Amino acid sequence: MAEGRVVGIDLGTTNSLVAYMQGDAPVVIPGVDGSNLVPSVVALDPIPAGGGRPTVTVGNSARKALIQTPERVIYSVKRLMGRGLEEIQSELKMFPFRLADDVEEGEVPRITLGELKFTPPEISAYVLRQLKRNAERFFGAPVTQAVITVPAYFNDAQRQATKDAGRMAGLEVLRLVNEPTAAALAYGLDRAKAGTIAVYDFGGGTFDISILKLRDGIFEVQSTNGDTHLGGDDIDNLLLTIALDEIYAEHGVDLRGHPGAVQALRKAAIDAKISLSTEAAAHFDIELPNGDRYQREIPRAVFELLIEPVLERTAGPCKQALADAGITPEQIDDVVMVGGSTRIPAVRQLVDGLFHLSARGKKPHIELNPDEVVALGAAVQADILAGASTATEEMLLLDVTPLSLGIEALGGTVARIIQRNSTIPASATEHFTTGVDGQTNVAIHVVQGERELAADCRSLARFDLKGIPPMSAGLPRIEVKFLIDADGILHVSAREQRSGKAAEIEVKPTYGLTDEQVESMILDSFDHAEDDFAKRLLIETRNEAETILTAVERAPQNPAWQLLTDEERRIVAEARDQLNAVKTGEDLTAIRNATLALDQATRRFAELMMDAAVSGAIRGKTMSAAGEELGEAVTAPHAMAPAEFK
Amino acid sequence: MLKVIDSAVPVACWSCSIGHNDFTLFCPHCSKIQPPPGGDYFSVFGLEPRLNLDLAALEHEFHRLSRKLHPDRFARAQENEREWSLADTALLNDAYRTLKEPLRRTEYLLKLLGAEIGSDAGTEQGGHDKKDLSRVPADLLEEVFELNMQLEEMRMARKLGETDPELQVSLERAKRKFDVLLSEVDQDLRSQWQVWDEGDAAVRKTAQKLMVALLDRRRYLSNLVRDVTETLGA
Repeated sequence: MAEGRVVGIDLGTTNSLVAYMQGDAPVVIPGVDGSNLVPSVVALDPIPAGGGRPTVTVGNSARKALIQTPERVIYSVKRLMGRGLEEIQSELKMFPFRLADDVEEGEVPRITLGELKFTPPEISAYVLRQLKRNAERFFGAPVTQAVITVPAYFNDAQRQATKDAGRMAGLEVLRLVNEPTAAALAYGLDRAKAGTIAVYDFGGGTFDISILKLRDGIFEVQSTNGDTHLGGDDIDNLLLTIALDEIYAEHGVDLRGHPGAVQALRKAAIDAKISLSTEAAAHFDIELPNGDRYQREIPRAVFELLIEPVLERTAGPCKQALADAGITPEQIDDVVMVGGSTRIPAVRQLVDGLFHLSARGKKPHIELNPDEVVALGAAVQADILAGASTATEEMLLLDVTPLSLGIEALGGTVARIIQRNSTIPASATEHFTTGVDGQTNVAIHVVQGERELAADCRSLARFDLKGIPPMSAGLPRIEVKFLIDADGILHVSAREQRSGKAAEIEVKPTYGLTDEQVESMILDSFDHAEDDFAKRLLIETRNEAETILTAVERAPQNPAWQLLTDEERRIVAEARDQLNAVKTGEDLTAIRNATLALDQATRRFAELMMDAAVSGAIRGKTMSAAGEELGEAVTAPHAMAPAEFK
Repeated sequence: MLKVIDSAVPVACWSCSIGHNDFTLFCPHCSKIQPPPGGDYFSVFGLEPRLNLDLAALEHEFHRLSRKLHPDRFARAQENEREWSLADTALLNDAYRTLKEPLRRTEYLLKLLGAEIGSDAGTEQGGHDKKDLSRVPADLLEEVFELNMQLEEMRMARKLGETDPELQVSLERAKRKFDVLLSEVDQDLRSQWQVWDEGDAAVRKTAQKLMVALLDRRRYLSNLVRDVTETLGA
């Protein structure tokens, strides 16, 4: 086929990745810094001196700005996708999201970032654009089509918001794939041909459980369940809250008013959580603004007790999914673990108990990197859609809708028309009539959810069937067809049967952007100019080289530089000279490799600098002083910092 | 999110223009995908209406058709083929979901033959009437009355924080009894399947009437069992 490659994208709460099918194996595409993970963090750089619109950075460099200029940075935006104003309020307590104050109920909320305001899909679009660019740099060719993964338990509005984000980033989203199903695809490539598997997907912000039947290359989802607001974030926030409370109680210091300090403490909490997966205890040792030290040891047993209520919330959905699939834990042949939070030993223990694994001499599957497996599966699905390779020609994914679809009936009850766990695409046809003579409109309210009352379900859309020919009450017969497509998104069509006229539908989505709004938010159209693609690529690559060179020039001014050994400094100088030698040439690969080499050489320096900045911020050494130290050196649009919080 | 899908059915194949009958998903001449055919769920699988189905064969056919029809196979096809793949696959999935499950299959077939069944009669513009006393099967009237009294007592006791072991035992006994009645209904249904599948028009008509009544009884019993289970589990 003439079209370009289709890439697979995992748009995560914490990290995002892009992958593609290399021959018959999926591979993650690294960024220019060599890291596979792009943190889902977006920062707005300061307005340039001459005025104009400030640039946006994504990933590791944006994450660094979190401590420096927290008011210009946003993370975990996935939690806000497709949600209304009211729903977002509860998130605001633990996250530094700053809602624009002119948002009205019914509108898509906008987040303030420095001087500008963005909707959640726009923020996600910046992350997607970064991944798109990474892939284009890697292939040396434009990438315009993608498969994007979403939590299985995402509702219609959350899915639509994700698709909108893709369009804004200049990507045609060929399919939304559920994350656990994608993971199953990645594992299924080289696995036994038949069996029943459970995918336990506990990520940064969402939890999903899916049960699939595998047979002759067909991956048929039997049931799915989950919680779109349950993840590693909740564990971080638990530790953070305790630290903040203890610091206030024991030292009389309230850090809550200092966003930079809170972020630094949050990083310490994440470090503690991660180390507790391998160590028996973690230590907080933090200098406070008043000179006191907050010292705290957290033994693993205490940590496990603390997080038990969070982990326990994953048990209910697992049991419901088993019940919906009509099977017992013993009938699960394999359990696949997905998401960073499944590294926690207590999580593995819980899963072992839920599915009676060790009792049956089994172990959960952790062979594939839990951070990467979803992106790898997305790449497999992308390959299936491209239809171009023999590796996947026998494979087919049959997924389900996670939530029942219903319409509001008299008395506010819900008449369910498509049950949850129905294989998608799925459809239902309903008939409506009028209640009053001569009535020409009928209002319909569509909801999603399992509760009995429409008010307790998620409102999807209200619409009016218009232009019904005036007849006696009850005589018109309007057929409305509801169709959930393979992305899990609803479409509605209607016709009046007696007159044979297609009824006009005016739909008001309860949450979401209109087509026009999405159109107006498409990121810089210059991204689409493909003629000068090679030229743009070269310019971008040179810019990256310049940025890191500038940072290296300034490095000796940073105290962290003195901590390097002579040998380390010599290696940096060598890499710098090498890059200087090739940067003005036309050889893209040479510039890229030299940039990568310099980045590798400065990695330890970046780590040292990061540590200094973190403790500086906590100590309350004025924010701007900490900022200056970091400041100049880290404006690079790529990492001069460790690839992950470790 | 929402748009009007036009599902007009062309008489001739849209691609090769050769006429074909409406009941096919693919053109018999050029093999191109066709708009959703008319006809019932059984015809999607090339079956005559039947109540006893070979589920393994049904699943096999479902997978075979999925491989050919699924939107994944048409991701880069032209717009009309993409839309028909979506509509055809939705039809295939709806058909499979309905036919693989015995009760849904039975209800579907009876409705196809013009029967009005239970809760479905109420979905057009109205609410449900789960506890409509007029529907109590006559032979159960006394027991249902007794059971409802006990359920009420149990709920009151629960509210007051009391336990009544005697009542508990009695309710559990009732639940077991209704469970048995339920499985008897299922057996009766199964034997009517056989009768319907093999009978002539007159025999079928009688079987249909019987099955409609059995489904009503079954719905009533399973609501009852659910109520008891909920009350005991509360």
